[in-house]
Amino acid sequence: MTTLATGPRSGAAPAPVPPRRRVPLSGLRRLRRHWYAWAMVAPVVVVLGVLVLYPLARGVFLSLTNATEMNVGRTIGSNEIPPSYDFVGLDNYLDVLSGAEGAFYSRLLWTLEWTVICVTLHYTIGLGLALLLNRALSMRGLYRMLLILPWAVPPFVAAFGWRLILNDEGGVLNAVSRSLGMGTVNWLGEPFAAKISVIMVNVWLGVPFMMVALLGGLQTVPRELYEAAEVDGATPWQRFRAVTLPGLRPVSGTVILLGTIWTFNQFPVIALLTGGGPGGATNILVTEAYERAFQGIRDYAGAATYGAIIASMLVVFASVYRRWLARQTSEVLG
Amino acid sequence: MRHPRDRSRSRRPLSSAALHTTLVGASVLAVFPVAWVLLTSLKTDRDNWARPDTLGTLGLGNYRQVLAETQFTTWFANSLIVAVGTTVVGVLIAATAGYAASRMRFPGQRPLMWMFLVTQMFPAAVLIVPLYNVLSDLGLLNSYGGLILAQCTVAVPYCGWMLKGYFDTIPVSIDEAGRIDGLSPFGTFWRLIVPLAKPGIAVTVFYSFITAWGEVAFASVFMQSEDRYPLPVGMGTFVSDFTAEWGLLTASSVLVMIPAAAVFFLVQRHLIAGLTAGGVKS
Repeated sequence: MTTLATGPRSGAAPAPVPPRRRVPLSGLRRLRRHWYAWAMVAPVVVVLGVLVLYPLARGVFLSLTNATEMNVGRTIGSNEIPPSYDFVGLDNYLDVLSGAEGAFYSRLLWTLEWTVICVTLHYTIGLGLALLLNRALSMRGLYRMLLILPWAVPPFVAAFGWRLILNDEGGVLNAVSRSLGMGTVNWLGEPFAAKISVIMVNVWLGVPFMMVALLGGLQTVPRELYEAAEVDGATPWQRFRAVTLPGLRPVSGTVILLGTIWTFNQFPVIALLTGGGPGGATNILVTEAYERAFQGIRDYAGAATYGAIIASMLVVFASVYRRWLARQTSEVLG
Repeated sequence: MRHPRDRSRSRRPLSSAALHTTLVGASVLAVFPVAWVLLTSLKTDRDNWARPDTLGTLGLGNYRQVLAETQFTTWFANSLIVAVGTTVVGVLIAATAGYAASRMRFPGQRPLMWMFLVTQMFPAAVLIVPLYNVLSDLGLLNSYGGLILAQCTVAVPYCGWMLKGYFDTIPVSIDEAGRIDGLSPFGTFWRLIVPLAKPGIAVTVFYSFITAWGEVAFASVFMQSEDRYPLPVGMGTFVSDFTAEWGLLTASSVLVMIPAAAVFFLVQRHLIAGLTAGGVKS
């Protein structure tokens, strides 16, 4: 998986192409040479083509129109109503990006806060637990099993469970803080508290993945390096900085990238815990787009515009991140 | 794990206690919500979910009600069909594509890997409206097939990427030996590589099952009649603005966690091996 971290450079390394292959093959010979590969790839290409690429193109098209539930073509009984929406060019994007339509920048800010806080906590807590579990320790297997548990819980179940715990009336969290003499908080009903709640739940859900991945990474760091560092008199902190972190870099790079994308797109936690509320305060871009598409008068064009903006931000982020990571890695390696 | 650094065995008792305290604390935090749901599901007195300090009578009443008086079993079957379908279809086509990308050089290889990577980034929100139209054109709305295909858009790219990485760690000499013994490329894949790649495949199976089992956005839009609802949508109806049947909700939550946890603990032995193989090879 970390091929994605090192990028195209490593892919180019093995097996120099023999010059003979440079001669363009005729269609039939290409087919004969590659048909196995193509046959094995074909199902994926068909599925992704029909279900991802075509919808994507259509989504981009919709974002350039003013399509809503009221004007797309549909069939009612035996009457077919033709679509009556118009092409409006970049108007939707201008509306959203100029701030004229309102919610975009506050949603974006919160989405960024949400992503950065969640991924930072996922990574640091996951790494901390992985370091603890990587030691010689009695009951390691038991701890690991218990700590992995949140990962085995489907997010929607977790969201329901946490709603029960955080509930304003009769939630156990408020009951505990009341009996400790502290005030109660309307965890899901006040904007700031609701933001803390969704972050808390998402951290709870996401730490095990990081922990397991980093634990796997830790076990591949050569033991001799630690011994050498110890012989050289390095303190535990120095060993961590100089051996552990660089050794983890390939794994860290991948899991942080994946974690960022997953968190940025995290739908169930927010949709089921707060429904984006109160008053849209916890809506990240993804849930906002979904709300536009499927609540009230369905604003297909608006949702598609949000979707296109989200997707392009992620693509830009991923390519910048990969380039940065490749540079870091090559600096470390020499 | 204990061999070279025996000194760590003789850790000072104080730091050992701190270590265990931290881990116990973290484990409690990890387990508590699940345990709380379990406990609440056993409270049979109505409205006792809202009294955290009262237990009342414990019993299986909520479970009986969920199984007998609601459509829970239908929703459960719907979710199971979709999750298993997605896993089978997704892992199968991702495995063949991942193998081809790992072993063969062919035109279109690079765009394929690029597509795996990029499609992982698309949130459901980007695809959901046009996908809705596509499925509606194909007549697949409100059908298992449609939702399975939609879930595959999430599962396939990740599985393909992951399995390609895993296949890369299996020596090519094994393929060559198979070819010399007269196996076709597909036979080599099926008889030699798939058995060797079991840990990696287990991880992708787990991943796609869990993703499809817990997916909410597609599920709540593409399935429209109550008898086709998957679990997240159906269970959501227990606790809405109008009702608060937390007893039913927690009982069904426990019933939902069981298959997920079963799959989880079946594959968790392979989990670390698979993730590591995917992650370290670079």
